[in-house]
Amino acid sequence: MRVVIAEDLALLRDGLVRLLTAHDFEVVEAVDNAPMLLNAIIRHRPDVAVIDVRLPPTFTDEGLRAALEARKRVPGLPVLILSQYVEQLYARELLSDRAGAVGYLLKDRVGDVEQFVDAVRRVAEGGTAMDTEVISQLLTRHRRDEPLARLTPKEREVLAMMAEGLSNTAIAARLSVTDKAIGKHTNNIFAKLGLAPSDDHNRRVLAVLAYLEAEPR
Amino acid sequence: MLGPPAGLLLNAVTGVAAWPLLLLLGGCAVLVPVGGLGRPPLDRALRAVHALAGLHRARAARVLGRRMPARPGHARDLAWLAVHAVAGPAALFAACAPYYAAVRILFLGTVERGWIVSLTLLLAIFACVAIGLAAIPLLHTLQARLIELLSRPSAAGRIRELAESRAAVVDAQAAELRRIERDLHDGVQGRLISMRMNLGLIKKMSDADPVRELAREAYDTAGEALAELRALVRGIHPPVLADRGLAGAIRAAALAQPIPVEVEIDLPARPEPPVESASYFAAVEALNNVAKHSEAGRAWVRLGHADGVLRLPVIDNGRGGADPASGTGLDGIRRRLAAFDGTLAVHSPLGGPTEITMELPCALSSQKISHS
Repeated sequence: MRVVIAEDLALLRDGLVRLLTAHDFEVVEAVDNAPMLLNAIIRHRPDVAVIDVRLPPTFTDEGLRAALEARKRVPGLPVLILSQYVEQLYARELLSDRAGAVGYLLKDRVGDVEQFVDAVRRVAEGGTAMDTEVISQLLTRHRRDEPLARLTPKEREVLAMMAEGLSNTAIAARLSVTDKAIGKHTNNIFAKLGLAPSDDHNRRVLAVLAYLEAEPR
Repeated sequence: MLGPPAGLLLNAVTGVAAWPLLLLLGGCAVLVPVGGLGRPPLDRALRAVHALAGLHRARAARVLGRRMPARPGHARDLAWLAVHAVAGPAALFAACAPYYAAVRILFLGTVERGWIVSLTLLLAIFACVAIGLAAIPLLHTLQARLIELLSRPSAAGRIRELAESRAAVVDAQAAELRRIERDLHDGVQGRLISMRMNLGLIKKMSDADPVRELAREAYDTAGEALAELRALVRGIHPPVLADRGLAGAIRAAALAQPIPVEVEIDLPARPEPPVESASYFAAVEALNNVAKHSEAGRAWVRLGHADGVLRLPVIDNGRGGADPASGTGLDGIRRRLAAFDGTLAVHSPLGGPTEITMELPCALSSQKISHS
């Protein structure tokens, strides 16, 4: 798989290159700022871009903006955003084009090599990878008058794991139940959220989006 | 809002009412030390004076269309009351005088009743009425200007106010630095020491199993240290505030609340960074108060800027009864805002709803808010 990396701290950039190369990714370009990132993406059309949220020249959310811009020019381009902190606001913005293939993880997660590499692969294949911190922030909320209120507690638990980007098999393993039981739950979730049968990938993205957006704006 | 004629009438009535109030105050002032009456009657009379002055200041603010100074203190309110006792009724008399003159002219018995005399008298009546009509709004505005002038804080008072708010800012900053120092010391620093110890042990070890165990421990500790640093940074200056400015940061804070919060923002540009930071933390504190104490099911935040003032109301449909005097949270917000000459108004009847309005005088930079 071909990867573009954008990270301004040399130490971390080199670490990411080494880590992904060791796991059979081909790092086609590693850049340290947003304008170069856009160029690299357009030139290489990578399978996935791993981007630090904070990049020069402004050192604010430059990386996120560049990612959103890149996805405008290359629709559906898989991007994985790394950040020192997570904001639900940003998670929503990333998911808002409903194309999926996005990840949003705390930088700390890079330390958990297997899971991180898994997340990169999942995003490259069109899935999602939301940080558990985004999910746990959502779970602390009382929910009242929303479509999600119709879900059972178990279905909500499954939806939270779907948002993290886990497959049915992975969810089944975590809850120690069969794949079939999870399949039933996910079908119920799709039905309750009014998501018509289409390809499963897309429905999963839409369900996650419903989950993140289940608040008045 | 009352029109100028009704306003003049109100001024006259309260002006007349000021006389017994002044007498009462004089009596209390004499009797309190002599007769051992205690302070309650005097305090009650003073409260009445402040209420009356407050009412007229609020009216004046509407008449003149600008902000009045906040409560200027006993001496200034008493001075205004004495002036008002004369000026209030006098203004009404002055406004009525031209009409009185007009009526007198109307019923003037003249010997000769030529058309020239009649015409002259008629013109005189018109002139009187015209003067009367012009005088009413003029006198009304003058009354408002009067209380504005008398409420304007003296230079000494303003200096005292500034010195107090500056001392509060310095105190708050020192306390904040102490908190950060303590958090770093108790948290991250401690964890780094423990990691270094583990790694030091690992260096000298040859057995794989204990090495793996110690490495796992160091790995976990590093994760905890990162989580703590993240929380600490968020408390000092939330990254989203730097990224997206006040508007984005308030939206993000609203999303993090346990109850649904509707956000309405009308801000054409960004305020200066210190104002942004103060308003942001004040808004977050207000939202935290809602979540902690109000039992509300829903909250609203509005953010707007008009006439050089940033207005930030936070409203909830909870049980009300919020008291800035008892809650440390509201007092904290007040102190935060005072550093920028900002104010906090709390309207929270028992049973709710609660409306907390924060106001900060500030200019907006020309820098556009990008990306909302």
